[in-house]
Amino acid sequence: MYAFPSHTAASIPTSDETPTSDLPPLLVLRPLSDTWLSALNAKFTLYSPSSPLSASVHAALISGAYNRVDPALLDQYPSLRCLVNTGAGVNHINLEECKRRGVQVANVGETHSKNVADYAVGLLLDVMRRITMSDRYVRNGLWVTRGNYPLGSKLGGKRVGIVGLGSIGSAIAKRLEAFECKISYLSRKAKPTVSYRYIPNICDLAAESDILVVSCALTKETHHIVNKQVLQALGKEGIIINIGRGASIDEPELVRCLAQGEIKGAGLDVFEHEPNIPKELIELENVVLTPHQSVFTPEAMAEVIQICIANFEAFFTGKPVITPVVAD
Amino acid sequence: MDKIGVLVTHKPLPYLEQELTRRGCRLFRLWESPESCRLEFCRENSSEIRAIVGNSNFGADAATIDALPKLEIVASFSVGLDKVDLPKCKERGIRVTNTPDVLTDDVADLAIGLTISVMRRIPSADKYARSGAWKKGEYTLTTRFSGKRVGILGLGRIGLAIAKRAEAFDCPISYYSRSEKPHPNYTYYSTPVDLASNCDILVVACALTEETRHIVNRAVIDALGPKGVLINIGRGPHVDEPELVAALVEGRLGGAGLDVFENEPHVPEELFALDNVVLVPHVASATIETRTAMADLVLGNLEAHFLKKPLLTAVV
Repeated sequence: MYAFPSHTAASIPTSDETPTSDLPPLLVLRPLSDTWLSALNAKFTLYSPSSPLSASVHAALISGAYNRVDPALLDQYPSLRCLVNTGAGVNHINLEECKRRGVQVANVGETHSKNVADYAVGLLLDVMRRITMSDRYVRNGLWVTRGNYPLGSKLGGKRVGIVGLGSIGSAIAKRLEAFECKISYLSRKAKPTVSYRYIPNICDLAAESDILVVSCALTKETHHIVNKQVLQALGKEGIIINIGRGASIDEPELVRCLAQGEIKGAGLDVFEHEPNIPKELIELENVVLTPHQSVFTPEAMAEVIQICIANFEAFFTGKPVITPVVAD
Repeated sequence: MDKIGVLVTHKPLPYLEQELTRRGCRLFRLWESPESCRLEFCRENSSEIRAIVGNSNFGADAATIDALPKLEIVASFSVGLDKVDLPKCKERGIRVTNTPDVLTDDVADLAIGLTISVMRRIPSADKYARSGAWKKGEYTLTTRFSGKRVGILGLGRIGLAIAKRAEAFDCPISYYSRSEKPHPNYTYYSTPVDLASNCDILVVACALTEETRHIVNRAVIDALGPKGVLINIGRGPHVDEPELVAALVEGRLGGAGLDVFENEPHVPEELFALDNVVLVPHVASATIETRTAMADLVLGNLEAHFLKKPLLTAVV
C-alpha cells in the first residue's frame, strides 16, 4: 500500500466520546481531505476504526485504495447496513457477502464516467498521434536538430472494440463516435438499445478491431480477459487502451507483445501491481503510461462528496441508497 | 507530366516524391540548398520549372515567383496558403491549389487530443510514471475536460469539426468569425476578447491573413485568464508568442497546447519546464493516411493542370 494521496489525505477522524450531537453516526474507513471533513462533519458524527463505538455504526465510507470489503471486515463491523464507495471500481468489495448480510452497497453512479472516458480518449489520441512522445522530442531540442517527428496514425474511421459497455464504456463510445470511429463491444449481454455492433467473443472482437478499449469491471470472469490469444487477434497494427483494472490484462504477455512489435502500441492508466510498472514498458516509445489518474479532478471530487452524502442521507431516512452498485 | 520541372520546397513524403518521379517530373529539391542560395537555385533552373510543390513552411513568395518566369502552378501540400503570395499569383496567372477537407479530421482530432493532454496533464503524468515517482506518492489532481466551455476562433471546416467532437464531451460551443454563421446551437461573439472572456478553452482554427495575425494578443490572453487554456492548431503568427510565453510563465494563463510556433522549428525554451503546456512539432495533419491523401491531391491537381483539365482544389 502506498502513501495516501496528498489531495485526499488529512487525518482519519477519531471521535471516541459518546456523541453529543444527534447527527447520524458514520464510520470512516479511508483518509479524508479537509474538504471532505468539513462536508461530512456538517451532516454526520464521524467515527474512525479506532473508536470503541465503531462496531455499532450502521454506515461506512470506503474506498478501494484503502479497504477490502471481505467477511473479515464485515465481521469487524457487524452493525454495518450501508457502504458507500468513493471510487469507480468495486472489485475490492465482496458483493455477494454484502447481499447475504443485508448490507446495501452504493458507489457514486456516473460521476466518474466522464473523467474516465475523457482520459481514455486522451490516451488513445496520445498513442495514435504520439503527443507525449513528440512533446518530449520538442523539449529535447530534437525538432531543431533532427527535423520532423515520424508520422502518427489517423483515428477517424478506425474500428474500436470496447470491452465492457457499462456507463464508462458507453461514455467512451459516445465520444469516439464524434471522431467517426466504428464501435463494437463485448458485454455480458447484448444491449438492444445501443446502435453499436455486439460481438460476444473477445477474440473475435479483437480480430475485428484496430483499437481495443478495456473498460470493464474486474471480476473473476474478467481477470486476464485480455490474454495472449486476444493480443494475437488484435495484431501488429492494434492498439490497446486500459482504463479499467490492470488485472484485466495479462501484463507480462502485454509487455512481451509490445516489446516485440506484436501489437502496435498501448495507453495504460492501470497496472497489475500498482504503483510498480514493468521496467520493459518504461523503455518503450509506443506506449503512454499514467499513474491511475483517470478519475482525479477537483470537479469530480466535489461531486463525489455530494453523492456520498446523498446516499447516506437516503439510508438514514429509511430509503434505499440512490446510486446502488449495479452489476451489468 | 513527362519532363515537367517541379520545384519541391521541402523534404516531401516519400510516396509523393516517388509518384512525381514515376510520372516523369524532373524534381528540383529546394530544401537541399542553404537558405541564402535558394533564389539563385531557382534562377539557375528557371527555364525548366513550371510547378512548385510548397508546404506550410515554404510556399511561394514574391521573390521566388519573380525568379521563375515559367511557373504555371503552385500546388501546396497544406490547406493554409499564408506562405503563398496569392495576389502575385493572380497577377501572373499562376494557378494555386491546396489540400482542404482531407486533413480536417486529423487537425480536429489533434485539437481535442492537445486539449485533453493539457487539461489532464498526460505527458507530465507519463513522465511521473516512468520516473518511479509514483512509488513515493500520487500525482496531482488535474482539470476535467467534459462540460468545459469551448471557444473557437474561426468556424470553417476545421472549426466545425472541432465543435462536433467537443459536443460529444458535453462542451458548450461558442465562436468568433468575421460574420455570424447559421449554427443556432453555437454562441456567436463579435470580438475575440468577448469570446475569450466567455470560454474555458480557446482554440485557434482560422486562416492566417493580415487581419488574423496576432489575433491572440495580450488582451485576449488576459480575458482567457489564469484558468483558461489556449490551443493553437492554426499558425504560429496567430498568437503574440512573447506575450503568450510571459503569461504562461507568470501564471496569468492556465495552460496551452501548441502545434505551431512563430519561428518553427524553434520553440521558446521557457516553455520546456512547464507542466501545463503541451508542445508538438506541427503534426496536425501528420498521419500516414492523411499525408498520403494530401499527396494524392497535389498529384491530382498537377496532373489536371498539365492535361488541361479542371483543377481539383483550386484557390486561384
